[in-house]
Amino acid sequence: MTAHLPVLPVLIPAVSAAVMVALTRQDVVLARVLAFASAAAQIGVAILLFAAVREGEILVYRLGDWPVPYGIALVADRLSVALVLLTASLGAVLLLQALSAWDRAGPHFHPLFQFQLMGIYGAFLTGDFFNLFVFFEVMLIASYGLMVHGGGAARLTNAMQYMVVNLIGSTLFLFAVSLVYNAAGTLNFADLALRVPTVPASDRGILMAGGMLLCVVFLLKAAVVPLQFWLPGAYGHAPGVAAALFALLSKVGAYALLRFALVGLGLGQLAALEPLAWLTLLAGALGVLAAPTLGVLAGFASIASIGVLFVGLAGAQAPRLGAGLYYLVHSTLAGAALFVLADLVRAARRKEGDAVVGGQNFAGRALLGGGFFLAAIAAVGLPPLSGFVGKIALLRSIPVEGGAGAASWAFVLVTSFLLLLGLSRAGSRVFWKAQGEAPAAARGPAAGGVAALALLFAAMFAWAIAAEPALAYFTQAAQALLKPGAYVQAVTGAGVFR
Amino acid sequence: MEGLFAVLIGALTAAGLYLCCLRQVFPVVLGLSLLSYATNLFVFVAGRLSLGAPPIWEEGVTRFADPLPQALVLTAIVISFGMTALLVVLAIRARFEAGEERIDVPPVTRATETDR
Repeated sequence: MTAHLPVLPVLIPAVSAAVMVALTRQDVVLARVLAFASAAAQIGVAILLFAAVREGEILVYRLGDWPVPYGIALVADRLSVALVLLTASLGAVLLLQALSAWDRAGPHFHPLFQFQLMGIYGAFLTGDFFNLFVFFEVMLIASYGLMVHGGGAARLTNAMQYMVVNLIGSTLFLFAVSLVYNAAGTLNFADLALRVPTVPASDRGILMAGGMLLCVVFLLKAAVVPLQFWLPGAYGHAPGVAAALFALLSKVGAYALLRFALVGLGLGQLAALEPLAWLTLLAGALGVLAAPTLGVLAGFASIASIGVLFVGLAGAQAPRLGAGLYYLVHSTLAGAALFVLADLVRAARRKEGDAVVGGQNFAGRALLGGGFFLAAIAAVGLPPLSGFVGKIALLRSIPVEGGAGAASWAFVLVTSFLLLLGLSRAGSRVFWKAQGEAPAAARGPAAGGVAALALLFAAMFAWAIAAEPALAYFTQAAQALLKPGAYVQAVTGAGVFR
Repeated sequence: MEGLFAVLIGALTAAGLYLCCLRQVFPVVLGLSLLSYATNLFVFVAGRLSLGAPPIWEEGVTRFADPLPQALVLTAIVISFGMTALLVVLAIRARFEAGEERIDVPPVTRATETDR
């Protein structure tokens, strides 16, 4: 059983989605039961995986027992397993919100949700970059389905744009994969790491062109400036529960970039990304200041958090990279909380929806206002939630001397202030400028959504409490990325499990 | 032969990108199809072109074609085919629900019009 652990996060949602498609077309209750059973199984497997790799073990799973590099390998190490655990937990929490209305808004919500999770798990666990492409596509196809779930004109036109952008991204992905394969003759990250130094000088140009093209694709998925334009409209109009899960999708791009550039190409550091990270921060913060709806605001806040994340990833030292990864987990939870909240407000205000304007009073205003307050604290990075710890740990790991370090400090701090302004403006308009009485017949916010929100806040609080072991864990994970010798050895050398 | 392939892929890519820039649904769908043809050909030649060489082991043969890109291109064809079908379905729904054939509708103005 233990030997098959790394493949289970991909198999469980795949099987449960297939069963759901076959059995639960009409029966939403059965679909829910299956969805929660699947979520529980995913969390269980993720915890078992975590227990197996937390001491630094690297599990390699060869599908069909074909030897690397000929076959397909799944690799579970500290970083990928932590992200699998995050995905499983977020997926389970968001199921609660789906109960309120979304899974009845159209057919096949739950199978799409499971396929979405399957693609994300696969992208985190895969050991080669062609299967990374395949899992990206699984993830994207499911996300197209979730994005148009429930229909509506604005949602459909924005989904079209999202889809066209991502199809062009997929095209670039394939071009890049073929270039790298042409020069290096392998698709496996670990095998690539071994082969890069031996690529003849005449082919190095092709290799690096392909490698950089692949990095551009990952930056597009991660929505780093100047490739961020697709995100706010698409996420801002997606169904709330889907948008909250999409908060994780851009992190998959960041993860793939780390895995490919640091392990596969062995670049050692990504310092070139630092100016892009500053611009991403700025674009996100300015967008939050100007956002017309809470959904779009949550989208821009996600972009800003990607900026913070990339300030961390641009470092060549393990503590800085580790702090960035710690912040990655926080920003996923914070982004999800904002999207869930925007969705609840949209449902509560019949006329204004989630537009950032005052309007008629609505049921559950105090509750949602309090929720928005906490979500804003999380997004800005104020205590007592984990964003504060993440930003402090990140800033402490960046030396202020020298232009780049000082600029990073300045951008992180100034944009935090801009975020604070933007979120205060939005919150006071939506929640304090409400006039009159709430309509008598109006019901309060859906219990499932409120429960999901509460769990997200609890998770961020716990994440702040657990900061010390978590930072140590991610610093070790970052060390493994910067010095991928053990990973390469585990995947290409003698197998851990035969 | 390499030259012929390069010109072919280049022409398909250029045409595809041009069509994608037209910002109307139908040309964009066509453009993405052309782009995916270009990609498929590109993936296909990633293992370098060779004539009359078998892709799997045979007795007494020393020159082999790389079999992997052929497997990759199959996957890529299936995925791009599915994606195009999905895009067309989505385009038809968007056409009927939004009455729009353009895909560059500014998301923000639409949001304020319809969300209120």
